[in-house]
Amino acid sequence: MSAKDLASNPIYKRRLWVNRINMAMSFVTMAIGMAFLTWILITLFGKGFAAFGTALFTQMTPPPGAAGGLANAIFGSMMIVGAAIFIATPIGIMTGIYLAEVGQNSTVAKLTRFINDILLSAPSIVIGLFVYAVIVAQVKHYSGWAGAVALAIIAVPVVVRTTETMLLLVPNSMREAAVALGAPQWRVVTMVTLRAVKGGVVTGVLLALARISGETAPLLFTALNNQFWSADMSGPMANLPVVIFQFAMSPYEEWQQLAWGGALLITLAVLVLNILARVVFRQKTN
Amino acid sequence: MAFQVSLGDDAAAVDSPTKIELKHVNFFYGGFQGLRDISLTIPEKQVTAFIGPSGCGKSTLLRTLNRMYSLYPGQRAEGEILFNGKNILDAKQDLNALRGAIGMVFQKPTPFPMSIYDNIAFGVKLYENLSKSDMDDRVEWALNKAALWNEAKDKLTQSGLSLSGGQQQRLCIARGIAVKPEVLLLDEPTSALDPISTARIEELVSELRNDYTIVMVTHNMQQAARVSQHTAYMYLGELIEFTPTAQIFVKPKDRRTEDYITGRFG
Repeated sequence: MSAKDLASNPIYKRRLWVNRINMAMSFVTMAIGMAFLTWILITLFGKGFAAFGTALFTQMTPPPGAAGGLANAIFGSMMIVGAAIFIATPIGIMTGIYLAEVGQNSTVAKLTRFINDILLSAPSIVIGLFVYAVIVAQVKHYSGWAGAVALAIIAVPVVVRTTETMLLLVPNSMREAAVALGAPQWRVVTMVTLRAVKGGVVTGVLLALARISGETAPLLFTALNNQFWSADMSGPMANLPVVIFQFAMSPYEEWQQLAWGGALLITLAVLVLNILARVVFRQKTN
Repeated sequence: MAFQVSLGDDAAAVDSPTKIELKHVNFFYGGFQGLRDISLTIPEKQVTAFIGPSGCGKSTLLRTLNRMYSLYPGQRAEGEILFNGKNILDAKQDLNALRGAIGMVFQKPTPFPMSIYDNIAFGVKLYENLSKSDMDDRVEWALNKAALWNEAKDKLTQSGLSLSGGQQQRLCIARGIAVKPEVLLLDEPTSALDPISTARIEELVSELRNDYTIVMVTHNMQQAARVSQHTAYMYLGELIEFTPTAQIFVKPKDRRTEDYITGRFG
């Protein structure tokens, strides 16, 4: 069929139009998403940037009507989120290894996978209430540790899922080659398969970190807040999401200003984590 | 015949002690029977080739020899496979020990995600505690045996994945040899390689025969003719013919073998 015939061919013409319509629709959807994202970012930068200064990082959260910073909340967030990832990473990676390498299609593995999927989409407020009932209500006070446990419960399924998905990408021939040398399974996993996908697994951990660093609901019921500098994880601790929540809802202008600053700070941190995750993934997979 | 047969060392085909003996081996993938009543003897320090059309069971047969199939629930073998007089199909067989004695190289090169040096040291460390200098010697020895030393000696710390396909396959052979197995199983080791790399691997196989018993699956009949002393022709899970290579290509006993090697097979 020559090019001239093609132009008048009705099937070809219809296909051309279907293609155009689909392209247009996907462009519109993309544009809507981008528009909202840009709007959010512009508002955030506009309102939050004014709060950025040395005081934000050096001074404590102020009482109403006074000037101050978010130093204690930034530090508390780093402690709680760090502890949460420290708890979640080994559990998540080991569960992922179990699902991909050991359990595979066994009933236990299928059940674990199912529960993990539910956890992955569980509302974070439910997890906050659960930790409140199990830890906070038992020891009778709020604590940074309780917050870390709640965030860890949110992070675990993310790490499990990425670890399993990554391990399943390892070609079976690699596994067989290691087994063919007489390597026991734990060596095959630690030395060969996990090593082949370590970039992907690290990416999963970083994305889990990004996911939990903005969670508010679980911390409201667990770590609560603290107006002062505290490095004691067994007591209530200041943290960015709860401070933002509290300050943004207040009628005091200084507090609202700090809430915007904190929101921008978290957004930037998540952005950096995401970029880092991409860089790590690209390097390790090549 | 369509191709020139240059047969290996004919004299070597006679009288060699048996290394592996298969007695009435049946193999099942779940409900599907992949091998039917296979009996044959694999002679020591010779190259035995399995040929046959796709799906005939030649790879399946190879994978029973190191119990590779045991990785997959639902796959099972019946019968007896005697290796040094012991039945390796026995449930009590130590699989890691078996695989230490019977190495395997696969169709696609499978270097591990680590340096060339560590690729080879990985297997050795499973069995021996060598000092650094002994390990260096072993790595060099294995790479020499696999005819890769000259190309790899200056980049031992580089990733195994940085090598070309043919080099990667020789690295896998070196890795298999480094463990010092008695038998080496090769599953279509050259089907993913270019003709020059193929020729190098074939030369290598001919040399390795001095020290190892080699069993090789190949799609390529000329390759079987060039490097093996014994050839088994398989079809639909059955062993049709197993004779010295010189004989199977010149005067096959079975009509089906003749059809296959002369290309009349549909």
